[in-house]
This record gives sequence, C-alpha cells and structure tokens, in this order.
Amino acid sequence: MATTTIDITGLAGAAETELSARVGMLPNVASERTKRLQGRIAGAKPVTSVCGYCAVGCSTLAYVSDDGTLLDVEGNPESPINGGHLCPKGSALFGLTVNDQRWTTVKYRAPYADRYEERPLAWALERIAQRIRETREATFVRERDGKRVNHTLGISSLGGATFGVEENYLLGKFMHALGVVSIENQARI
Amino acid sequence: MANGFFTDTTLCIGCKACEVACKQWNELPSDGFVFTGESYDNTSELSGTTWRHVAFVEQMAIDHQGELQDRWLMSSDVCKHCTNAGCHEACPTGAIIRNEFGAVFIQPDVCNGCGYCVVSCPFGVVDLIEKFDPDGTHYNLASLATSRLDARATAVQQSGGVAGKCTLCYDRQRLGFVPACAKACPTESIQFGDLDELRERAHARVERLSERGVSAQLYGADDVGGGIGALNAFFLLTDRPETYNLPAQPVLPSTRQPAGYTAAAVAALGLALAGWMIFRNA
Amino acid sequence: MPGLGTSFGRGGATVWVPDLENADCILIEGSNFAEAHPVAFRFVMKAKERGATIIHVDPRFTRTSALADIYAPIRSGTDIAFLGGIVNYVISHEKIFREYVVAYTNASFIVSDAYRDTEDLDGLFSGYDGASRTYDTASWAFERDGQGVIATDPTLTHPRSVYQILKRHFARYTPEMVERTCGTPQAQFLQIAETLAHNSGRERTTAFAYAVGWTQHTAGVQFIRTAAIVQTLLGNMGRPGGGIMALRGHANIQGATDVPTLYDLLPGYLPMPSALRNEQTLAEYLKLNAKPTGWWAHTPKYMISLLKAFYGEHATPENDYGYAYLPQLIGDHSMLPTTFAMKDGVVKGSFVIGQNPGASGQNAELVRSAMERLDWLVNIDSYDNETVSFWRREGVDPSTIATEVFFLPAATVLEKEGTMVQTSRLLQWHDKAVEPAGDSKSDAWYFNWFMLRMKALYANSTDPKDLPILHTAWNYEHDDPHERVKGEPSVLKVLQEINGYTVADGAQVAGFSDLKDDGSTASGCWIYSGVCPDKATNRARNRDASGPYTAPNWGFAWPANRRTLYNRASAAPDGTPWSERKKYVWWDATRGEWTGIDVPDFPKTKAPSTPANKHATGMDFHGGADPFIMNLDGVAQLFVPSGLKDAPIPAHYEPLQSVVENPIYTQQSNPVLREYVRKDNAYNKPVDADYPYVLTTYRITEMSGIMTRYVPWLAELQPEAFAEIDPELAVSKGIKSGDYVVISTALGEMEARALVSGRMRPLRVNGKRVHQIGIPYNYGSQVAFARGDSVGDLIAIALDPNVSIHESKTLTCAIRKGRLLRRRPASFAQDEM
Repeated sequence: MATTTIDITGLAGAAETELSARVGMLPNVASERTKRLQGRIAGAKPVTSVCGYCAVGCSTLAYVSDDGTLLDVEGNPESPINGGHLCPKGSALFGLTVNDQRWTTVKYRAPYADRYEERPLAWALERIAQRIRETREATFVRERDGKRVNHTLGISSLGGATFGVEENYLLGKFMHALGVVSIENQARI
Repeated sequence: MANGFFTDTTLCIGCKACEVACKQWNELPSDGFVFTGESYDNTSELSGTTWRHVAFVEQMAIDHQGELQDRWLMSSDVCKHCTNAGCHEACPTGAIIRNEFGAVFIQPDVCNGCGYCVVSCPFGVVDLIEKFDPDGTHYNLASLATSRLDARATAVQQSGGVAGKCTLCYDRQRLGFVPACAKACPTESIQFGDLDELRERAHARVERLSERGVSAQLYGADDVGGGIGALNAFFLLTDRPETYNLPAQPVLPSTRQPAGYTAAAVAALGLALAGWMIFRNA
Repeated sequence: MPGLGTSFGRGGATVWVPDLENADCILIEGSNFAEAHPVAFRFVMKAKERGATIIHVDPRFTRTSALADIYAPIRSGTDIAFLGGIVNYVISHEKIFREYVVAYTNASFIVSDAYRDTEDLDGLFSGYDGASRTYDTASWAFERDGQGVIATDPTLTHPRSVYQILKRHFARYTPEMVERTCGTPQAQFLQIAETLAHNSGRERTTAFAYAVGWTQHTAGVQFIRTAAIVQTLLGNMGRPGGGIMALRGHANIQGATDVPTLYDLLPGYLPMPSALRNEQTLAEYLKLNAKPTGWWAHTPKYMISLLKAFYGEHATPENDYGYAYLPQLIGDHSMLPTTFAMKDGVVKGSFVIGQNPGASGQNAELVRSAMERLDWLVNIDSYDNETVSFWRREGVDPSTIATEVFFLPAATVLEKEGTMVQTSRLLQWHDKAVEPAGDSKSDAWYFNWFMLRMKALYANSTDPKDLPILHTAWNYEHDDPHERVKGEPSVLKVLQEINGYTVADGAQVAGFSDLKDDGSTASGCWIYSGVCPDKATNRARNRDASGPYTAPNWGFAWPANRRTLYNRASAAPDGTPWSERKKYVWWDATRGEWTGIDVPDFPKTKAPSTPANKHATGMDFHGGADPFIMNLDGVAQLFVPSGLKDAPIPAHYEPLQSVVENPIYTQQSNPVLREYVRKDNAYNKPVDADYPYVLTTYRITEMSGIMTRYVPWLAELQPEAFAEIDPELAVSKGIKSGDYVVISTALGEMEARALVSGRMRPLRVNGKRVHQIGIPYNYGSQVAFARGDSVGDLIAIALDPNVSIHESKTLTCAIRKGRLLRRRPASFAQDEM
C-alpha cells in the first residue's frame, strides 16, 4: 500500500475534502513481527476432547505443541451438539488445566497440624492403603439381625459426576469389593 | 477483501463467552475482580485488555401488572475497525496499520505507548496496557498468577506500555480461522465474514424481524457519519444506540478540528449558562 | 430419575439436544436454560427463529426469560400447582391428544376401589400411616380380573378410570388457584396453557426442559411426574420436537447414574441388594427384581452378566455367581444421611473425589464439622477447596482436630482419556491431550492403584470377608507401554468390559440382546452394551456427524444408540406417522420392520398389529402398539400404582420451609418428606415471621459449580457472592445495589453483595405480598479470585422420600443491610446455646 507525506497531528486545519483524500494514505508499514504473525496453533496437533463442566457435552479441540505443551482449547466445529461453539466456562478450559493456583502435588495434613506439608505420592498412597485396611478391619460387619450384610459403614465415598464412566465403574467395583455401601455422587436426580 | 463482525444483539444471551474466548486466545489478563452491582456486568467496559465487552441493559417495568414490557438487552461491543479510523490517523509512529483483512491493527512492537490513539477513538475503544509480551512467542500466564489478585490498578496506564484493542484475531485469520469470539458465541450473535455478505445478511435480518413485529436498526452497516464511514464491526440493535452505550453521532476527531475551537467556546458558554441556572434555582 | 422412570420406564432425558430445534413450542421451567446450558440453548434459539414459541416460567427474570417469547413469574417451589393447572386446563377444555392417550397411556385403567384420593382425604392418599410417616401403597393398585388382567375402559368414562381420577384430582387446580398459589397472573397462566395446547397434537409438538429447579425439592420427583403427565396427555412423548429434556449439571452426571456411584444402585439400574428386603440369595434377588412383563423380564441376564464382569472366574453357578460378595444395604446410605453418620462417629474414613460438599453441599458447615470426626480423609481434586481444608476454616482450632488429611492431585479432563455421558445419554470418548501436570494422576490411576494394593495386602487371607477383594476381576493393564510403565490402567479395557463379552472366547458381545443368564456372558453395564461391539470398535469415539440431525455416527447413545426415547410413539398405533410434519420412526410394511431417522425404541420386527398377550410374560405381554417397552404394561403411566413413596399422582405441597400456608390442601408439606430434627440442622418454622422471604439458589453462567473460581477470566465476570433482591424490598430495607447484606436462616448466616433489580419481582400469593431473594451457590470461603460465602451454610437438610434429594431451591430467610462481624457456623452457635 502506498504511503505519501502525512499529517500525523491532524491539526493542520485541513478541509473536509482533503481529509477524505488523505484517508487510506496513512502509513501501512508492516513490521517484521507483523509479517511473520500467525496463530500459535499453526501446525499444532488438535486432540479431540469433551468439556468437563456441564452435561451438554460440547466437543473440544485441544491444540498441543510438538513438545507436549497445551497451547489452546476451543470448540470442535464437527460436533452436532456444539458446532464449534463454547460457553464462557468452556472457553476458559485452558485456564483450568494451566493455572498456577492448581495443586499438582500431594498435600498432607498430619493430625492436629496447622499446615499442609509436601509428601511423596508413593508415601501418601501406602499410608492411605494402610488406613483403608485398618478401618475396614475395625468396622466390618458380617451379619446384622440374622442377615448377611458383609459391609462396612466405617468408610464412605463421595463423587462421580465430574469424572468418567470407566472411572465410576472402577470406583464402584473397588468400593463394593471393600464392602463399602455409603457410595454417593452429585447425581440424586 | 475486508472481513468484519456483524453482532446481532437479538441473538445475544449475555453469556460473555466472547469476552472469555478473546482473553484465552489473546492471552489477556483479567482486569481485576470488582463487583459493580450493575446488572450482571462486572467488566464494565472495553479496555486495553478487554477486547470484547457485553453490555447489559435492564428495562424492567416498575408496575408488573398487565402487559409485560420487560426487556433485558445484551450486546457484545468491540472495536469497530472503522473505515476511517481515528486511531489510525492519530498514530505518530506508524504502529497502527490497516491489514490485508481490512482490520485496524496495532503493532505492539512498533507502538511507543504515546496514547494519541486513545483520545482519537470516537468510540472510546482503545486503551493503554502494560507491555506484557511483545513477541507473542511464549505464554504470558501472568493472567493466571496470584499477584494479579488486585491487579487492576497496576495493569493499565503504565509508562512504556502499548495501546491495546481487538485485532480481529489477525493471527487466526492468517491461518484461516474465525476470530475467537465469533467462534465461541453459542447463539451466533457474533458473526464473522466478508463484509459485503454480512451487510446483506444484516439488512435481510432487519426485514425479517420487522415482519415478526420487532423493530430493529443497524448501526454502522452503512456510513455512521462524522467522517468515519461504515464500520467493519457493525450491530443490529432494537433500541437507540445510546441505550447500548454506542454514540448516536460519532465523530472522527480530525474532521472536527477546524471547528474545534468554536465548539469549545460554545461548550464553555453552555457550561456557564448551566451553572447560572443551577445557582438561580438554588 | 423415578419421576421419569415410573412414568415412562427410564430415568434418562428423552430428548436428543439438537432435536429441540424441531419443537413448535418449548416450555422451560425449573431451568435457567440460557445461563446454565448456553450451548444447548442455541437449539432453542434455532427453534425460535423457525417460529417456535419459547416460554420461561421462573421465580427470576433471567437471561433465559430475556430471550423467551413469554415469561411468567412463579413462586419458587409451586410448580406442581402450576403444571397441575395445565393438567386441569387440557382435560377440562378437551385439549388432550385423545387417540394417543387412549392407546399409549394407562388412562383407561381402572383403579382399585380401595383407593382414596387427596380429594377424599384432604391432601392425603389412602394408605398413609401417620406414625411412621409412610404410605402403604397397596390401595393404589389397578383392579384386576380373576386371571390378573387389568380392567380397562377405553371410553375413559368409568369413574375409577385413571382419566376420571386425574380429572377430579386436578379439578381444584383452577387458574384462580394457580394465581393464588404460584403468584402467576391468571392471564399469563392461561396464555401459556393455550400455547401448549395449541402446539401439541398430530401436527405440532411441544418440548419441556427442566433442570434442578424441579428436582431439588422435598416433592421433587412429583414435580417431574406432573410434567410427565402434561406431556403425556398432550401426546408429546417419543416424538420429534417433543419429550422432556432433563438438563443435567455435571459432565458425567448421567454416566454416574447409569454406571452408578450411588449407594442403592448397581450398573444399568439394577437395585443394590438390601437386607431390608429379602435378597440374601440370587434367586431371592431375581424373584423380587425381575419383572414378569416388559423389558425388565430380562433382569436375570443383566444381573448374572454383571456378576461375571465383577468376579470373573470366581462367579460360578455353584456360588450364585458371587452374589454374596456384594455388600447389603441396611438403610439410606446416601450422602446427607451419611454426613449425619459421620458427625455421629460412625464413618471413620472418607474419600471425596471431584466434589466439594464443604462449600456446595447443603448444610455445608455440618459437612465440615462432620469431617472433624473422621480418622482420615482422602480428597482427589485439582484445587484447594473447602472440603479438604475444613480443618483450617475460620473459627476452628486445628490443634483439636485429629483427622489425617490427604490431598491427591487429580488430572483434568484434558490430561486423560475416557468416556463421559452427556445429558441426552450420549457416550462421548475424549482423547488425552497432554500429560497430567506435576504429580497429578487420573482418577482411574488412583482407583487401580488402591485396588491392586488391597489385593496385595489381603493376598494371604482366607477369611471369607476378604474374598470379594481377592475375587474381584481386575485386568486393565494398558496396552501402550508408555502408559503401562506409568501405572495408567486402560480405560478402554474397562469400557470393553462394560459393553460385555462372551466368557468362553473373550469376544465382545454386539449388544444387550446377546447377554445370557447362564454365566456364559459378562457385562459391566447392560444398557451400554453395543458401545464396543468388537475389540477394534469404540462407538463412544465415533466422530462422524454426517447424515440426519440425529447424527447416528457421533458418539453412542444408550440404549442401542437411540436418540429419542419411546420413539415408537412418534407413529400412530397402526404404525404410520401421526403426520408428515412430525414423521420420525414408522412401520415399513414391505420390509416388515420399523424404520426412520432414529434407531427404533421397539422390537425391530414386531408389527403394529401384533396383539398383546395378556397371559404371556416378558415382551410378548406387550402388543405392537405399546411403545413404553420398559414399563410392565407397555404404556406411559399417568397414574403410578407402585414405585413411588409419596403419591400415585402429584399433589401440591408447600416446601418444608415456606412463607405461606398451603392454599390447596390442609396438608401443609409432603407428608412423607424426610426431616432431620437435630441441633445442627435447624429449620425455619413454616410461615415463620422471623424469616419472611423466599430464598432460592442457583448457578450462574459464568461459573461451574465452584471449580471455576480460580480461573481469572471467569472470576472477573462474577467476582463475588451476591443476593438478588427486588427494588421494593430493597427500598424497605434501605439496601442499594452493591451494598453488603446479611442473609440468615435458623441454620446460619452469610454475607453477600446486594444486586437490586427489577428482574426480581414481588408476587401476590394467597393475599400476601411475597418477596423472593436469589443467591448463586458458586462461592465459598476459600481464597480464590472469586470469593464469597457459601449459601450451603443456610440450607438445612430435608429430603425427598424417593431419591433423598435435598430441598435447596426453596427456603425462607431474613435479610438485613450490613456485614457479618463474626462467623457463626451453625454447629458452634448451637454448642454455645
């Protein structure tokens, strides 16, 4: 695009006709950055996912760089449900996963302590396994009123509607194997 | 070729997906966490780091008996990418260009933050922001950091900053992608595309609404006057533009400069008169 | 679930979301559709653009109301009165779709002469026992002849026919009564009734959409039942642009009900064995739960296949397929009763996974204080939250709390693969995009680790009580070595097990019709069978949206990939479409099968003329014109003779905590609702002068539950807890928008910012001016970008008798301008008294 001498202040008292003649003659010099500019997802691999918030089931595309970094999450235009669109929460999915407020390590709070401490995952898992066994042993009931019940009321499990079907299946199978019956999630519908 | 936005406010559900999708794509920080008590609008206005803004206009009848006439209007505002752009004219550094898609684009690597564009925008769209990531090559996750909890005051108007506003997703268009806001919008209130086509669609929409008894008007599909010309981001409204905080008669600053001194004098006289009347009434 | 389930046979939403576009009218009630489900709302907008009338009935004028053609205000919690008024309107104005009603519902069935209605007993049904506050439902049965065949009157004129009973029952739900009870102006009510009737019938269909605004009440199931009655009388079920859209609130809430983490269910809606019934052996269990007629006659196949999936080679005919390994229930072990049990020291250890009852729960302070009694708490989540950090909340001394607390970091949906089931029962697989951040793991990883560890810890045990652990089949090793080395189980193998396989060769079964009751097949959840019909196919991962709008190759909808449930009813009894305009599934006589743009929800080759055999069992009991195949009698149940604990037909009761006396019956609230009268669960009295305002709660579009408070882009949109107040009330209290206000109930107090708006409006109810206050539940005390008190601290626990859902949509409260000087968590305040 052509450029000529310009009046950068616009204060020269130019007449209306001169102004309109001037429009379009403003400098349009693209910088090197501008010339190179392209969206960060250029060439990135889109991975098909589903939004984890409400139950509409919007399909999403997560763009991932070659080194496995999440770049961007947006709606999947192929979906017959959302057709590429997302609500504000879905549009912010990136920020739920990549967020410096997120807790990505084990936090352990000892009895009577007034703070969390960092502990290795393996340590925490083993400690929890021992506590499950201990509580199960202490609270398991084989019979009640002459009927077999084979359960423990000493352990409860809450949650399910925010994670997958297979995970619910595994959780249910695991809890039933322990004899846990106080199993619930958000779905009292 | 020129692309733009047609924002049909009759389809807007006020979800603000456009605001969020814009911030996510453009890696913009939040503008702070301020409860305004004004309808559902806590982002209040366009800023250097809020490039889409949904206005909420509550028109609730006081007396709810009988015929209900309640309306809650919602409209997503954005940079208009004017045919004759005040910011473009005012920029002394050549930072602002009109790009190959017809959009007015601020080159952050050229901008020196002088702010001339800020005062030259007839719509009050452009604002200064902190210089957060001029290269755009890595993530600026400051928007997600704790230090931003009370960041509104520090994020804007800092020396050495740059001017910020909607780029019409220049970087996405280069890839053939629709701008983030238009893509996200669940009800297609924000439509993106070739302007000729959008204008045609908009005029047809006004007619169709009229057949349904809805009185609608376009804002900026054609010349808005004031030397600005048509807007590359235009709107379909069901009330007067001022209702949505859009100026009824926007003016390109450069067109009013010759008469500027006269206007100032008239304004001063008007103020004096108003003051006199107030005192007289008191 | 039982609201839809007892009416139509299945608890799931009957509608495929994109099909809303085909509606001629959409009634949105009990849902803030545009705000809570904005993307699905685009189909409502499309319907509107095509000329449909959109109606929104809600206590608040919301963003949904703003887009609706008709908005009507209603007092929260009075929807049975409103919908009952519609029933009365369509019956008294002869607006029912008579042909549909006669053929496809139990309107013609004759009810036992022992039955007494609320009309006879002033708000109670026959069989009520005041001492135990329960119903004996024996008198609600149908009249049968000597051979057990139900007596019917197709003319619908017999005084004890369901239709006549309905007519008498709802006769008092006049427009005047609706206005007096709901506060909805009569003119608007009538406009809505007429619009619904006008847009139903052969040529036109109306869809209903609801969400938790209808379920979270002490009569919640009956809210849904009333809607079911309206939609059935209008002939809208099973038809395009019709049906009942149940809008679920969490990504996998439907899946977590189908493959339940719920105390009383096994996968596929099989009941959990209970010591309260006689279900000690498999034979006893099947005797009680396999239905003689209709689809549930197949129960033995599904149950035995489930046991085979659970216990593999250890499930043999000799040991009842491991049936005794399942624990037995001894009461209501749902969340809120379990919370009381925790507070009372019964529960010692607890897992909380992806849920935050410490903020979004009801009586949230009870939850937090109950956790003080735990020996240990394991929380799997991605962010700090009020539940895991209960021990450091304001006002408590951590040095007095012995609970050992573990936070295990959870992968987000983008960091793992698997299936979630959306609101139209559609299974959708998501691929893994990135590795979990830091030490985060998928929930599957944790459950797999714990199960394998328990098997190791008990490996040497011979105690029978440990056999369920040792004998549970658990073979989910990942085929991908990169995942295997990290300990990630294969969720695909889990889904394949859920689908089911033939035991002998491990080959996948093609669908639930292949399942057997002889132990030769295994299936983890029969209703999903068909999702992985062979090892190479995962239909949840189907991503081809081409073809008709039903998109049969996008995901997999249970059952058998059907999008619209009960779609046999989209055709007339003779198998032809009711109209060309509403053509969907019909009988192709030349090919001798059902066809259409959806998978027929009916035996594929059962001709419309097939007579019902009233002496047969199973599906042969139903004729070729009985569309509701899951129900015993093959028809929709306007009247529910068994399966519900509170009513065979709905009656309006006031919420437990209400601002008025019941204008319709002397009986104030649901006689069989479940109350917990204890110090730490204080209720406001009915019509309590100290708490004169209605309080309702909801979520807002900018937040999802309380997971999104840490996302700044969302937090800036709604940064603080607020209370919506009408201008008249605000003026009387000297409150301006933006002021701090304190809202209180007998249980607790909270602080919020006032949002004064004409969108909230006072109503005239039974001669009294009623103000409603609305508070979103998306906030909690945790420090985050968006902050505020949790409205859960105001909500005392009271439950619906059928599903133990809490009443959180309608309460009473007081409000004053000002701030809270000191926290008054309920448990502490009570202790001080």
